[in-house]
Amino acid sequence: MAEQYDVIIIGGGACGLTAGLYTSRAQLKTMLLEKAVPGGQIATTSLVENYPGFPEGVDGPDLAERMEEQAKKYGMGFRYAEVEGIEISGDDRIVHSSEGDFIGKTVIVTSGAEHTKLNVPGEAELTGRGVSYCATCDAAFFREMRVVVVGGGDGALDEGLFLTRYASEVIVVHRRNELRATKILQERAFANPKMRFVWDSVVEEIIGEDGKVAKVALRNVKTGERSALDVEGVFIYIGLAPQSDFVKGLLPMDGGGHLEVNLWMETAVPGVFAAGDVRINAARQLVSAAGDGCTAAIRADHYLQALRAGERETASAH
Amino acid sequence: MAKPQDIMTTQWDDLVINSDIPVLVDFWAPWCGPCRRVAPLVEELAGEYEGRAGFVKINTDENQALAAKYGIMSIPTLLVFKGGLPVGQVVGARPKSEIKKRLDEALV
Repeated sequence: MAEQYDVIIIGGGACGLTAGLYTSRAQLKTMLLEKAVPGGQIATTSLVENYPGFPEGVDGPDLAERMEEQAKKYGMGFRYAEVEGIEISGDDRIVHSSEGDFIGKTVIVTSGAEHTKLNVPGEAELTGRGVSYCATCDAAFFREMRVVVVGGGDGALDEGLFLTRYASEVIVVHRRNELRATKILQERAFANPKMRFVWDSVVEEIIGEDGKVAKVALRNVKTGERSALDVEGVFIYIGLAPQSDFVKGLLPMDGGGHLEVNLWMETAVPGVFAAGDVRINAARQLVSAAGDGCTAAIRADHYLQALRAGERETASAH
Repeated sequence: MAKPQDIMTTQWDDLVINSDIPVLVDFWAPWCGPCRRVAPLVEELAGEYEGRAGFVKINTDENQALAAKYGIMSIPTLLVFKGGLPVGQVVGARPKSEIKKRLDEALV
């Protein structure tokens, strides 16, 4: 027998946890489904310096833990489950998951985004053996080693700077000749003696020796010239892809897989909302994700009240 | 209910290598925030697989040689051992379903 809720939240990052906090405080029966780790992207970040209220910065996993605790304090239900699809049946939104079905009158999709892979030979085989998508997790294993960071945005520079605390050299490989990262990060990176930059280049292959990363093969996209770097680590930060496959066909999305919503986080399907990095035009910041979650929760509450008013009218008419 | 046991290198042979049932080893370190976030998930699995698979944790700071022996360069890394050998691995904060797959493969 499937469990019934007022609100089902898909994805337990900052967005989902904030939505859950708000719906729980509104005394709506809420279940949050998370497939891996509550906290999402900040669960694998060390210092968050741009979330307002923390002049000294705040530890990502710590903040994630506190967000989770806060939402649960007001009664939010939580389950480790991977959502496979959503089915609409009258007023019910049936969420099919790896742990069974959950039925809600509303669903808030806050499934966020995950790290884009390079999809080059050697990448999958050497993951955990020198290839990493999380410098804050793995930097300590690369003491005095030379590593490559692939990417040109905030993620690449933030993590690259973190790596300089351990690595002997951090080489940033970027496919263009200028970075898109926040100016202050660029300044810090250019000033760091352990960091250097390889411009207009892409990684074609990650080569291993004795089951560990030994070198990367590069190609200059402007000249076509090929080269190789002897390194022991490759940290990949080339972008984030929205996790929206499970609602393909149900919810309209843009070419990149971002879910279409209005300013109230409403999708084309009544009672289904989308918020945070998974939606179109997201600012993709921690604070905007939390803000989105709140907006969606408030809207879901209004929707439920209207639904109940409609039910009462129908009931009293009989 | 079963909880993953924090063990040291001295207990490795007894509890992992010579175990009759598959063992999931959680390589972690105190400074590793993501490891803390993964811990409740592993605990939940320990309960679900109680009796069928063992669950232990190894602090890589205190057991460096052991971590190096198994080529651990990233934490959290979960290694599933069967018959004394690593037969499956999950690197990073991955979905519960992925970890279950590795466990189920070892239980065949």
